[in-house]
Amino acid sequence: MREFGYQRVFDVPGAVTLGADPEARYLGGGTNLVDLMKSGVERPGLLIDVRELPLDRIVPTEGGGLRIGATATNSDLAAHPEVRRRYPALAQAVLAGASGQLRNMATVGGNLLQRTRCAYFTEPAQPCNKRTPGSGCAAVNGEHRNHAILGASEHCVAVHPSDMGVALTAFDAVVTYETADGPGELPLAEFYLPVGDTPHLETALPSGALITGITLPPAPVAANSRYRKVRERASYAFAIGSIAAALDTRDGVVREVRLAFGAVASRPWRARAAERALTGAPATAESFAAAADAELAAAKALPHNGYKVTLLRNLVVAVLTELTEEAAR
Amino acid sequence: MSHSTASVITLNINGEKHTLPVDHRTTLLDALRERLDLTGTKKGCDQGQCGACTVLLDGRRAVSCLQLAVAAEGREVTTIEGIADGDQLHPVQQAFLDLDGYQCGYCTPGQVCSAIAMIEEHAAGWPSAVTADVRPQAEAAPLTAEEIRERMSGNLCRCGAYVSIVRAIAEAARPGVPRPPSPSGELGHLAGSEETEGVA
Repeated sequence: MREFGYQRVFDVPGAVTLGADPEARYLGGGTNLVDLMKSGVERPGLLIDVRELPLDRIVPTEGGGLRIGATATNSDLAAHPEVRRRYPALAQAVLAGASGQLRNMATVGGNLLQRTRCAYFTEPAQPCNKRTPGSGCAAVNGEHRNHAILGASEHCVAVHPSDMGVALTAFDAVVTYETADGPGELPLAEFYLPVGDTPHLETALPSGALITGITLPPAPVAANSRYRKVRERASYAFAIGSIAAALDTRDGVVREVRLAFGAVASRPWRARAAERALTGAPATAESFAAAADAELAAAKALPHNGYKVTLLRNLVVAVLTELTEEAAR
Repeated sequence: MSHSTASVITLNINGEKHTLPVDHRTTLLDALRERLDLTGTKKGCDQGQCGACTVLLDGRRAVSCLQLAVAAEGREVTTIEGIADGDQLHPVQQAFLDLDGYQCGYCTPGQVCSAIAMIEEHAAGWPSAVTADVRPQAEAAPLTAEEIRERMSGNLCRCGAYVSIVRAIAEAARPGVPRPPSPSGELGHLAGSEETEGVA
């Protein structure tokens, strides 16, 4: 591991002043960053410890939304009564990720910035365009059964590992940040950059920006929502496919639906084509399947991950059917 | 810009203060084992995947292999050495002993620390990934074997002593078994749920 400086900060201006150093990285829970520093994938010259910033609060907003501080832990987010009441799929998504220990350490801001678990990215001896631009992608012709089927390119087929981000994407979260030049915000839909030929550029955050929080706008539909994650063992593993869904029906017709997929793309994937196909359609398994097909028409499977297309289709039908039954109760 | 790459820090471990110089690269796990002779905390994977190094930080369970020692300054660290009250074992320790919640014992300190905090998390009403309904309920779901297995999935046992581990934890969590406060005190606050602010 490279040697590094360490500074603990207590206010946001102090953090972003230090954050202007291009060698600096913000340290939250460290559950991903410290691990990547051990393997040499991350080599910061300075860690700015942001855990003592006054950004750990989760505050319900008027009208039914939430403001989530960037240093709130995953555990606090999942346990918060208003998260569980207003956005149950978000609580479920967080609880589906990592372990109790890691959720106690990990922060919400850090969750958004965690890196892919593609085995070629995390092994510095391997070529990887995300880690070492121009070195090639070993996954395209290698071990890629858990890689992307949507939005990828020949330069990178890695998937974003977050569960939390999938639910946040479904609920139109907005990321707020601070820089030395002032504050800014980015809808999560614009937060992650398209892969293209620059997979090493992952977010639209300005250089040195500190995520200060996430705002969830009111979404009454989210009260009837669910997160379902499929993985290769029952617990404590990354998804091979996941879905966050929310559904509102009246008289058997879909009034509003939210759908986002995890483990299929370089970012949490909002399934807007499926949402469009479903709005106003009968709330039946046939329409759910047709909507899934509308979204997955754009899927490009690699030789070893074609199963994900079927998996996501089945997840859409299963979870929307459950939510329809739930709403009827 | 050049930064100092080492610091003199004071760690609060099991209620005792220890002052030591550390290279910033030092994890809490290595500081405990290599510098402070607190070898009860075990190094397994050193990647946050096995849970053998679990300790309590401000009363909450955490993996000490991904916790930088310098970042633990100012926090209350409880290791397996600080769990018992003198010769009086903690009920979780006693249950592991009574019900053979181990084979080789290497993962046991992490299992015990994790279980103690997990029982507190459950008692505080935290749901888990197998909790059928995560919406806030008047009454918390019982700590079934399924709940214990899910909540303890961050602690691996290569001997496969899981059946006895689950049994021991269920025994220690049984209503009526005392839950002594850890030396670090409370689980920690749940971020404010009552306050409401206007939409910005």
